[in-house]
Amino acid sequence: MLVYLIRRCLQSVVVLLVMSLIVFVGVYAVGNPIDILISPQADQAEREQAIHALGLDQPMWMQYFVFLRDALHGDLGHSFVHSTSALRLIFERMPATLELATVAMLFAIILGIPLGLWAGLKPESASGRTIMAGSILGFSLPTFWVGLMLIMVFSVMLGWLPSNGRGETVSLFGIPVSFLTLDGWRHLVLPATNLALFNLALMIRLTRAGTREALLQDYVKFARAKGLSNVRVIGVHVLRNILIPIVTVIGLQFGALIAFAIVTESVFAWPGMGKLLVDSINFLDRPVIVAYLLVIVTLFIVINLIVDLLYSALDPRVRLGESRS
Amino acid sequence: MLLTSLRRAASLAVAAAALAFAAPLSAQDLKIAVAADVTSIDPHFYNLFPNNNIAEHIFDKLVRMDPDSKMIPGLATSWKTIDPTTWEFKLRKGVKFHDGSELTAEDVVFSINRVPNVPNSPGRFTPYTKAITKIDVVDPYTLHIHYATPYPLAPNDLSTIYIVSHKVAANASTEDFNTGKATIGSGPYKFVSYSNGDRVELERNDAYWGDKPAYKHVTFKIIKNEAARTAALLSGDVDAIEQPPTADLAKIKANPNFTVTSKISHRVIYFNFDFLDRSSPDITGKDGKPLAKNPLRDLRVRRAMSKAINRQAIAERVMEGQAVPSGQLVSEHLFGYVPGLKPDAYDPQGAKKLLAEAGYPDGFNLTIHGPAGRYVNDEKIVQAVAQMLTRIGIACKVETAPMGPYSARASKQEFSFHMVGWGASTGEASSPLRSLLATYDAAKGFGAVNWGRYSNPKVDYLIEQAVQQVDDDNRKVMLQRATQLAMDDLGLMPIHFQFTIWATKKGVQYTPRTDEYTLAYQFHTAK
Repeated sequence: MLVYLIRRCLQSVVVLLVMSLIVFVGVYAVGNPIDILISPQADQAEREQAIHALGLDQPMWMQYFVFLRDALHGDLGHSFVHSTSALRLIFERMPATLELATVAMLFAIILGIPLGLWAGLKPESASGRTIMAGSILGFSLPTFWVGLMLIMVFSVMLGWLPSNGRGETVSLFGIPVSFLTLDGWRHLVLPATNLALFNLALMIRLTRAGTREALLQDYVKFARAKGLSNVRVIGVHVLRNILIPIVTVIGLQFGALIAFAIVTESVFAWPGMGKLLVDSINFLDRPVIVAYLLVIVTLFIVINLIVDLLYSALDPRVRLGESRS
Repeated sequence: MLLTSLRRAASLAVAAAALAFAAPLSAQDLKIAVAADVTSIDPHFYNLFPNNNIAEHIFDKLVRMDPDSKMIPGLATSWKTIDPTTWEFKLRKGVKFHDGSELTAEDVVFSINRVPNVPNSPGRFTPYTKAITKIDVVDPYTLHIHYATPYPLAPNDLSTIYIVSHKVAANASTEDFNTGKATIGSGPYKFVSYSNGDRVELERNDAYWGDKPAYKHVTFKIIKNEAARTAALLSGDVDAIEQPPTADLAKIKANPNFTVTSKISHRVIYFNFDFLDRSSPDITGKDGKPLAKNPLRDLRVRRAMSKAINRQAIAERVMEGQAVPSGQLVSEHLFGYVPGLKPDAYDPQGAKKLLAEAGYPDGFNLTIHGPAGRYVNDEKIVQAVAQMLTRIGIACKVETAPMGPYSARASKQEFSFHMVGWGASTGEASSPLRSLLATYDAAKGFGAVNWGRYSNPKVDYLIEQAVQQVDDDNRKVMLQRATQLAMDDLGLMPIHFQFTIWATKKGVQYTPRTDEYTLAYQFHTAK
């Protein structure tokens, strides 16, 4: 177990290093940020001065080297436009995104698994078919359109919920969170629903497929033959066995929700990390782009590790050491 | 049991929600959705429009601009030249900073000196201060500002420099301004809070020397997505928005609960021609082979292209009426406007004839470049121009890109014909003339954005004379002659002045501005 963890950590370092190089080269190729940063009123001398101040006059390998050196000291650089540490900017915005993604994921799980179970148990019923039809919509409707429609209906036409922004926050262990206030929830519901939709559909389909397959298995038939109650058969024998693919997907999708909540964050003006990335790309704010992607990679690595650990908890046959082969 | 408690919880939630919705907005509150991100509250860190827009509230300047971009007294009550290279500014007495201390000449000197010394600035305000050689404090309310050469633009330049308190801001970092620690100004609003990427909150400064703003609490919400911004207005989450999308204007106007105001902006939208003597990068003959000669160097070709463009149609259809066609660099109320200088009339037949005279009876192939998402409807304008040029035989392709990579290539002369916009932020014509049309010369600081590399010694001479001409009338004539010459040459091709648009809910009124700023103190309750 310990060896496994250590090996995973070493692999992660390599991944981070490769990732940083790719991102650095990629961002570098997009163009010189000075052209977009500097006021058009500035003359040539002022331009040179700004290029020098931001270290953009160095050759690329030198810039990468400086970046790596600082990164080893825990400093991923300073934002060009905010003059603040890139990591600080990201962590300032992180609670908002984590909150949004968590609530969205919970929506998807709490609604998706029971609905999928129902559709799996009664595949031919009208309700089962309706659930499946609905899940197709969840898959196929583009997020930004659904977001705008939600705003249109619930904010503009009905006036029930605010159309944008994050609600009132309170401090929980020093982190500003909005899910503890009513105003916070009013602001959360629409974007979280919007973000949850795709995953809700995914959960429904996964659970349904797993359930239908499990119902045909011998152990389920045997459990029924033993005379176990329906609740126990479904709750223990079926559900537990279909959870492994679901947990994997939840893990991966949670990472994706955090990293790519961008569309929802833009439509709902949610002050999260995704919006920070878009803004930084618009400014070609290299340090923030690089730092953001590294943070996201780290996040994915951690989530995957947790998923792997959960596997072995859910299925005693999975041994972590085996992944050596 | 479970059901009852659930039911109770649900009814509680409904009641609470009803309460929350019923709470009326106080008439003292104003929420404004702005379109661009505020990156810092430090007024000298980064010369960026959204940052300046916030600084306009918190900090004062020596010289202010009225809604028509005319200079009016700010902290300075009067200014004059006492000799050709020295300006005297008389300061307003009794102006208090938000912390109660008095604003004096020392604060002005400190602020001007702070400008070049803000660390890590991606764009300083030094273009407006670096001509200053020395500042003498004659008494706490009188300043003598010295320049190396006669310098008529001193008041215009100083209308961009925000005055901070020398006591509070001494040694203050940009971070200290963002947190509010050093954010002490003398402007009509006090700083309350800044949440990066989300909002800026301000509160009225009741001790302000000028007109008292109508609203006590002001929140600027940053909503970059234009559909979301419009939705925020329609749903009542905000009281006013800037830049509603032109496509939605008709719908907002038709709704009696909202008002739309707009005003011609100081921003001219124009196209640059490639003036370099080379085989121009985006131009090929009709056979697809590069042309040895750059056809755009021929005035007849440029004139033909200008005549091929139906500017009226672009203003009416593409811009939904939110633009006026232009044949020059600054709009009518600005200093240096040339009365009677009109854009070329739409004349496709004449254009074809000119092309034939220039030796291109069949036209040529051209790729037009333009920015995406920088100016109002920028991509649509480029597409419209492409179609109009294709009609006279110049077969056009369109390529657009976000401003970052786009301007990086344009500034390296990689394009033949491309669109840009320019705001004359000092409110007069020397700014576009000097940056866009003067010959590129790094030593003089001329032609920094002259991406087409237009060059005319006569225009250069007039600009150089004008920027040292202290007499306003003489200077105006010089600027007008320079503009006339450059436009006769089609050194660049103006399309229109775009309008800046604001939409407010009923009961809130905005006095629109040429300089595109959205200023809380210019909102009023409508009678």
